[in-house]
Amino acid sequence: MLRSEFHADLQKLQDDLMNLGSMVEKATIKAIDALKTRDLVLSQKIIEEDDVIDDIRYEIEARCEDLIAKQQPLATDLRLIIAIMHIVGELERIGDYAEGVAKISLAMGDEAPLKPLIDIPRMAQKASLMTRQSLDALVQRDVDLAITVAESDDEVDALYDQIFRELVTFMIEDPRTIQRATYLLWVAHDLERIADRATNIAERVVYLVTGELSKLKEIFP
Amino acid sequence: MTETREGLDAPTVPKLFVNEHTASDESNTVIDVNKLDVHYGTFCAVRGVSMKIKENRVTAFIGPSGCGKSTVLRCFNRMNDLIPGARVTGEINFFGQDLYAAEVDPTEMRSRVGMVFQKPNPFPKSIYDNVAFGLKVNGYTGNYPDAVERSLKRAALWGEVKDRLKENALQLSGGQQQRLCIARALAPEPEVLLMDEPASALDPISTLAIEQLINDLCKDVSIIIVTHNMQQAARVSHETAFFMVNDDRAGYLVEFDDTSKIFTNPNDERTEAYITGRFS
Repeated sequence: MLRSEFHADLQKLQDDLMNLGSMVEKATIKAIDALKTRDLVLSQKIIEEDDVIDDIRYEIEARCEDLIAKQQPLATDLRLIIAIMHIVGELERIGDYAEGVAKISLAMGDEAPLKPLIDIPRMAQKASLMTRQSLDALVQRDVDLAITVAESDDEVDALYDQIFRELVTFMIEDPRTIQRATYLLWVAHDLERIADRATNIAERVVYLVTGELSKLKEIFP
Repeated sequence: MTETREGLDAPTVPKLFVNEHTASDESNTVIDVNKLDVHYGTFCAVRGVSMKIKENRVTAFIGPSGCGKSTVLRCFNRMNDLIPGARVTGEINFFGQDLYAAEVDPTEMRSRVGMVFQKPNPFPKSIYDNVAFGLKVNGYTGNYPDAVERSLKRAALWGEVKDRLKENALQLSGGQQQRLCIARALAPEPEVLLMDEPASALDPISTLAIEQLINDLCKDVSIIIVTHNMQQAARVSHETAFFMVNDDRAGYLVEFDDTSKIFTNPNDERTEAYITGRFS
């Protein structure tokens, strides 16, 4: 393979990673919509589509391995491939969290949510935005945007703490709500983890651009 | 009583040339190059090279053809003296001593800075005589068989040739011939070994044997290797120097740093372009 083909392959790999990012971002939003509107058909569809996300993840990883074995990439090329291998795993896990939300929705069945869903969709919007921004930062090699993503994680954490307190209050006041409150707590926890994964992606972007591996939250607490 | 500098002006530091390309390791400097220029007649082959080669380390020189890496290497044991019209200016200090000072005997110096070439070049003599030759040239008066055995062992060749020392060296395989040449260079126990593409004419297995040897030898010899194979430079060296060639065809040093740094995150975009194959 010529070097120019290698660089074209690398670009294609990054493009496919972006498509995967778009898929998991949509899965997150759709999972919350399905939860909110009690659309069990949509929840079931999200669970099935996660298999496609998993397949794409392994396909991208295999292509990374192939390029390492055959092209011995160095410097930026090497860091991009390493970054992609990590990020693709993070995206796949984000897909799993979206699937987790869909499974909770199915478990809830016909039952209405304990309370009107307001903060949880807000959390989902923020976590999805972080996912998108972390990938935009990758495409644009934008360290500042990556740092913004890490900073946003605090807002998601704050929302999670708020939801947690609220749901625990429900449970204390009326133990009959424990099951329904726990369902929502799981959903909030999944969303909180999505934001953490987006932060991990942002850290990989900083690594790609600067060559430095670091926890963004330690640098910009 | 402790002397204090309080109230005195800061001590005057001699204003030496500040080397931008210093490798980060703090070990001793074996070869200190300062503003090296090399001319062949009126043609400037190398311009303004400054670098410090560290003791007991492997230093790789990489760069495109014509960038002067072999020319710089050849300055380190005055091989360029043998080329009519070659002119070396600037400073090259070997353990602090000017390599090009009038009192330096190039032959004696070359026993301390050995060299191995791209193509194995054993003499059409016996295996034993090839190694012993390196000692004879330098008037060695010790025990020859012991010294030959020691050198062949250091070159990881002894086991393969100990029963055929009287055989002609040209009967050896290419990889064995190259290790014989390394043994010959090691016989006078040099402090530095210069290797100019030592494995480029060898098959992959012989190449790995040479690389293993480089790794073993650097515990007591400082090695400088010129290679076109970047993976080889990445595998065997501690520090890497990247050379490039100017529009006027003069070679120059772009970047000199830890090998890990050069191959994962080089400082200079020209290095980045070269090692990722975006160099035009």
